[in-house]
Amino acid sequence: MPELVLEAGRADRHYWRDLWAYRELFAILAWRDVAVRYKQTVIGIAWAVVRPFLTMVVFTVVFGRLARLPSEGGAPYPVMVFAGMLPWFLFSTILSEASSSLVGDANLVGKVYFPRLIIPASSAVVALVDLAINLAILLGLMLWYGFWPSWRFLLLPGLVALATLASLGPALMMTAVNVKYRDFRYIIPFIIQIGVYVSPVGFSSAIVPAHWRFWYSLNPMVGVIDGFRWCVLGGGSMLYLPGFLLSLAVVALFLWLGVAQFRRLERSFADLL
Amino acid sequence: MADDIVIRADGLGKKYVIGHAAERERYVALRDVMARGARAAWRKTADVLRGRALIGGDTTEEFWALRDVSFEVKRGEVLGIIGRNGAGKSTLLKVLSRITEPSEGRVTIRGRVASLLEVGTGFHPELTGRENIYLNGAVLGMTRAEIRRKFDEIVAFAEVEKFLDTPVKRYSSGMYVRLAFAVAAHLEPEILVVDEVLAVGDAEFQKKCINKMDGIRRSGRTVLFVTHHLPTVLSLTSAAMVLERGRVAYRGSVSDALSKYLHQGEDQKTMIGRQIEISAALEGADFAAGAAFRVRFDVMLRGPLAEPRLGIGINDASGSRISTLFSETARVLPAVAAGNALHFQIVTEPVRFAPGILSFKLALAERGEDIETYEDTLQLVVPEYSPFVQPARSRPRGSVLVTSRIEFHEAVH
Repeated sequence: MPELVLEAGRADRHYWRDLWAYRELFAILAWRDVAVRYKQTVIGIAWAVVRPFLTMVVFTVVFGRLARLPSEGGAPYPVMVFAGMLPWFLFSTILSEASSSLVGDANLVGKVYFPRLIIPASSAVVALVDLAINLAILLGLMLWYGFWPSWRFLLLPGLVALATLASLGPALMMTAVNVKYRDFRYIIPFIIQIGVYVSPVGFSSAIVPAHWRFWYSLNPMVGVIDGFRWCVLGGGSMLYLPGFLLSLAVVALFLWLGVAQFRRLERSFADLL
Repeated sequence: MADDIVIRADGLGKKYVIGHAAERERYVALRDVMARGARAAWRKTADVLRGRALIGGDTTEEFWALRDVSFEVKRGEVLGIIGRNGAGKSTLLKVLSRITEPSEGRVTIRGRVASLLEVGTGFHPELTGRENIYLNGAVLGMTRAEIRRKFDEIVAFAEVEKFLDTPVKRYSSGMYVRLAFAVAAHLEPEILVVDEVLAVGDAEFQKKCINKMDGIRRSGRTVLFVTHHLPTVLSLTSAAMVLERGRVAYRGSVSDALSKYLHQGEDQKTMIGRQIEISAALEGADFAAGAAFRVRFDVMLRGPLAEPRLGIGINDASGSRISTLFSETARVLPAVAAGNALHFQIVTEPVRFAPGILSFKLALAERGEDIETYEDTLQLVVPEYSPFVQPARSRPRGSVLVTSRIEFHEAVH
């Protein structure tokens, strides 16, 4: 018979095991978020298609045509932009969905016990479904330009996993803080708006001056986006390894901070919501 | 911890800190914290410049929702937790179901706990009935296989077969509640923690829920439940605990807990209406020893009343009618002029009502038409007593205690 002791400040020794035990709830909450998002099928899918497509067109015109920035390798500019937009949209969707997820599920948090990490994590699944749709657009785009991917394309799942982890770190921090300070959510659209220009979404990070490039990679999304381009664009795209490794380290740091922060505040969620 | 004890609480306490600002705001906003911080910093700087003592920041106040709560629950026990609003019942259930952690003390729990603090937790209006069954089941801790196995049973219980594929936002509130309760009713944990959820749906559905709860009770599972609906406490629980301002005021038999709750030292209850004032009490010299007792009603009727008649329905804990008294069967009441009052007593023949709550339905009629009716506003607690030679092993069921004689007709070999 399992014996459970509840005490003030008692650390959950079985936190990760608990999380595993609640995997079905995670699956069903993720499924709920996806089902609700695409329930009005036409609008849901249309939105998922139109938004990245228009963004790609704008970036191609502004950065590619007007500013005449170079693409990477021999890839057409739109394909290069779109390859960078995949992880960027994943990041921005996870950040905005996750940070409002706990407040949105306040009644659940107040009435039932489960590891709270499940809620922001399941909202990340919605972003992954969006990513799958974007990937289909990317493939269509590549077909249109007659651009053939190399063997590196097979590494895409690993990079998607990396992008998800890179998004979850900051997202968990925001989620926890947003429970405590409800007006914090107004900062998130701002972060995303600035982030899209600070990160190499509309342009290639190769245009960044060489001596800045390493430090540019302190932005974890730089490494993630570079990785995506290296993987999708194939041969002509070079990966700047020191920068990529720095971004990886920053991703790991943010993830650790995010989880630690979330777990520290998790106990008081029910009292705050 | 002894083998048959499944929950043990030792000196449990839960503290909430109420800030002065928090009283006005429903949630904390960073903007306010920064503004307050800036104000406090300015005030402090100003105080330092003026050479005055520093004034502390916002005053906060501690509020103990629970304090020094210790109790044990045995396996198979059905414990009713009663108390007035703010007594700490819901906080206790939240601590036991791990939603919030205690501020002091500890609880040890053996076995899988499922908590039911609300019906329909997690229901999503856009999803269909079928989808919500899976969602709600998972939220309550059922596995998908478990839900699939009980799916048909749940649907039949909720009586929503035809609307399974309709989004629940189109459900009537009755259907919604039935579906929500049906899922909850099919939980099979070792320990079930329930909060006030029985008071939903129409009378017929409530009866179904109570039967279901009774089934859970008889299957030997441990149940803790909080309720305001006193009759259910009696019909379902085997023991009760009274909470008062965050502390355990009583833990023991159901009827003693109820009299404690109803503050019934003198076991007399008064009810005042527009034209009627009535109080009820139990009467009987050797009542505690098990003799039959009378129920006495002291009545005052205010005029003007032509041809007044008074009806008193006596209901037991489960809401079933035990008997109905009509004033005219004993005596025809005289007319009462305006400004006058008529005082009289009604005393029943001796009866042995079973321990528990008697609740009365009153109807004052004039010329055969009801002018005032009241239900459950007048209640009496019949305390635990036993007219039996040897108390029965299990609690007697029913609303009247019937004693019997055994006569031997043959010699015992």
